[in-house]
Amino acid sequence: MDTYSLLRQIADSWVLLAMFVFFIGTGIWAFLPSQRSARTEASMIPFRNDDSAKTCSGTCETCKCNAAALNAKGQFDV
Amino acid sequence: MDYFKIIILGLITFIAAVAASNGYDLAYKLHAVIIMVVAFGMLVWVLRTSDEPQKIAPEGAYFDGVIRAGVIATAFWGIAGFLVGTFIAFQLAFPALNFDWGQPFTNFGRLRPLHTSAVIFAFGGNALIATSLYVVQRTSGTRLWGGNTAWFVFWGYQLFIVMAATGYLLGGTQSKEYAEPEWYVDLWLTIVWLTYLAVFLGTIFKRREKHIYVANWFFLSFIITVAMLHVVNNLSIPISIWGSKSVQVFSGVQDAMTQWWYGHNAVGFFLTAGFLGMMYYFVPKQAGRPVYSYKLSIIHFWALIFLYIWAGPHHLHYTALPDWASTLGMVFSIILWMPSWGGMINGLMTLQGAWDKLRTDPILRMFVLSLGFYGMSTFEGPMMSIRAVNSLSHYTDWTIGHVHSGALGWNGMITFACIYFLTPKLWGRQQMYSVSAISWHFWLATLGIVLYAASMWVTGIMEGLMWREVDDQGFLVNSFADTVSAKFPMYVVRGLGGVLFLAGALVMVWNMWMTIRGAKPAVANVPGALNLSPAE
Repeated sequence: MDTYSLLRQIADSWVLLAMFVFFIGTGIWAFLPSQRSARTEASMIPFRNDDSAKTCSGTCETCKCNAAALNAKGQFDV
Repeated sequence: MDYFKIIILGLITFIAAVAASNGYDLAYKLHAVIIMVVAFGMLVWVLRTSDEPQKIAPEGAYFDGVIRAGVIATAFWGIAGFLVGTFIAFQLAFPALNFDWGQPFTNFGRLRPLHTSAVIFAFGGNALIATSLYVVQRTSGTRLWGGNTAWFVFWGYQLFIVMAATGYLLGGTQSKEYAEPEWYVDLWLTIVWLTYLAVFLGTIFKRREKHIYVANWFFLSFIITVAMLHVVNNLSIPISIWGSKSVQVFSGVQDAMTQWWYGHNAVGFFLTAGFLGMMYYFVPKQAGRPVYSYKLSIIHFWALIFLYIWAGPHHLHYTALPDWASTLGMVFSIILWMPSWGGMINGLMTLQGAWDKLRTDPILRMFVLSLGFYGMSTFEGPMMSIRAVNSLSHYTDWTIGHVHSGALGWNGMITFACIYFLTPKLWGRQQMYSVSAISWHFWLATLGIVLYAASMWVTGIMEGLMWREVDDQGFLVNSFADTVSAKFPMYVVRGLGGVLFLAGALVMVWNMWMTIRGAKPAVANVPGALNLSPAE
C-alpha cells in the first residue's frame, strides 16, 4: 500500500475515533460535578495576584470576590 | 557572555554586508542593509556596556516594561495600518491616487498587503503579544520567565514587521495572502515566535496558581497553532541565498489548499483564539465579575480548537479542489457558529448584574460592542461559506465587508478597550486623561464601521448580482467595467468610514499621550513573591 493510502486509512479510522473520543471527553469533563470547586477557583484567578484587587473583604452584597454568594443566588454559574 | 555576543553580532554584521553587496534584488539588498545597521548598532552597544555592573531585575515585580512598549507599538502600527487602509480605499474610488511619480512602489497592489499585514500582524500582533504577556503574569501570579528574552521577542517582532513592510513596497513577496514575506523573513519570524512560545510556556510552568486560567489556554493555542501554520505554509526553497525569491514546495491545488488552511486559521487562531484570550481576562476585570460560565468557556475552547482547523476549504468553492473537501470545509464552518456564539454569550452574560455600568463606562461599552461584532461576523462567515451563498458573494466586496466588520469591530474594538484598560495601569494613573475622549473614540469608530460594512454589503451583493445577470438570449448583461462604475458611490462611503475610524484612533493616541506624559512607569508587585511558600 502506498504511503498516502496507508496514512489516509489510519486517519479515517483510529485517529478519527481518538479525536472524537477526546472531544466528547472534554465536554464531559467540563460538566463533572467533582470539578465544581476547581472551576469556581479558576474563574476567580483574574481577581487575585493583582495590586488593585486586594482591598476586597468578601462581605459586601455584590462583591466580585464573593463567588460563593453569587453562585448561591444563581447569578454566576461555574 | 559579552564576548560571545560581540562575536555573533560581528559575524551577522559581516554576513549582512556581504549580502548587501551581492544581493540580486532591491528588497533583499535593503533588508541586508537594515540587518547590518541593526547588528552593528547592537555590537557598539554591547561593547560600550560590557564590564559595566549588571542591573539586577526585581524578581518581586511583574515584568511590565515590555508590555508598556507593546501598548505603544500597538497604537503606532494601528495608526500606520489604518492610514494606509484609508488611502487605498480612496485609491479604489479615485484611481488617480496611484500617483505616476510613486510607481511602482505606491500602487494599490503593493500598498494593499502593507495594509493587511500592518493591521493584522503589526497592530493585532503587538496587541496580542503585549496582552498575553500581561495576562499570563497576572493569572499565574509570577514574573515572566526568561528575563530579557521578552525584549528579544518584542524587538525581533518589530524587525519582522519592518522587513515585511519594506519588502512589499519593493516587490519582495511570495504572493501568498497574509503570508507574503519571503523566506528569510519567514525564518526570522519562526525564531522570534518560538522564543515567544518559550517565554509564555516558561511563565505558565512556574505559575503559583494551581489552575491555568482559560485565557491562557486561548493564548497558548494561538501561539502554538500560528507556529505550525506559519512553518507549513511557508515551506519554500530559495532560488539563491543572495536573493529574496523562493519557490513553493507544494504546487497547484495542494498549494492553494495549504494556503487557505493557513489563511483561515490565521483568522481562527490569530484573530479569534488570541483575542478571545483577551476577552476572557479583560472583560471580567472591567466588569468586576468572574466570567459567566467557566463550563461554557471550557466547551468554547475545545470546540473552537477542534472545529476551526477544518474550515479552510470554504475559501476554494468551485475550484479544482475536490467537492468532498469543500463540503467538509463548509460543514465545519457552519458547526463553528455554535462555539462562536457560545463564547459571545459567555462574554456578554459576564455583565449580568453589571449592565448599568454600560451607561458610565465607555471601556466596557467597547468590550460589549466588540463582542457584538464577534457574534455578527461569526454568523455572517458560516452563512457565506455555504456553497450557494458563496457563488454570489465570492470575489465581491461582500467578503471585504465581512472581514472588516470582524477586524474593525471585533479585533479593533477589543484592542482599543484593552489599551484603555492597560495604559493607566501601566503608567500608574487612576484612569485615562479624558474619559469623554474614550466616548468620542467609541462613536467615531462605531460610525466608521457601520459606514464601511453597510456600503460593502450593498456594493458586494450588487456586484454579485450584476456579474450573474443574463438576458433572454443567455448573454451576460454587464461588463466588468459596468460594475466598477456602479460601485463608485459605495467606494466613497467606505473611504469616509475609514476616515472616521482613523479619526477615532487618533483621538485615542492623543488620550494616551496625555495620560503617559509626565507619568512614571508603575511597578506592580507580585503578591506574595517574597513569601517562599510552594504553590497552593
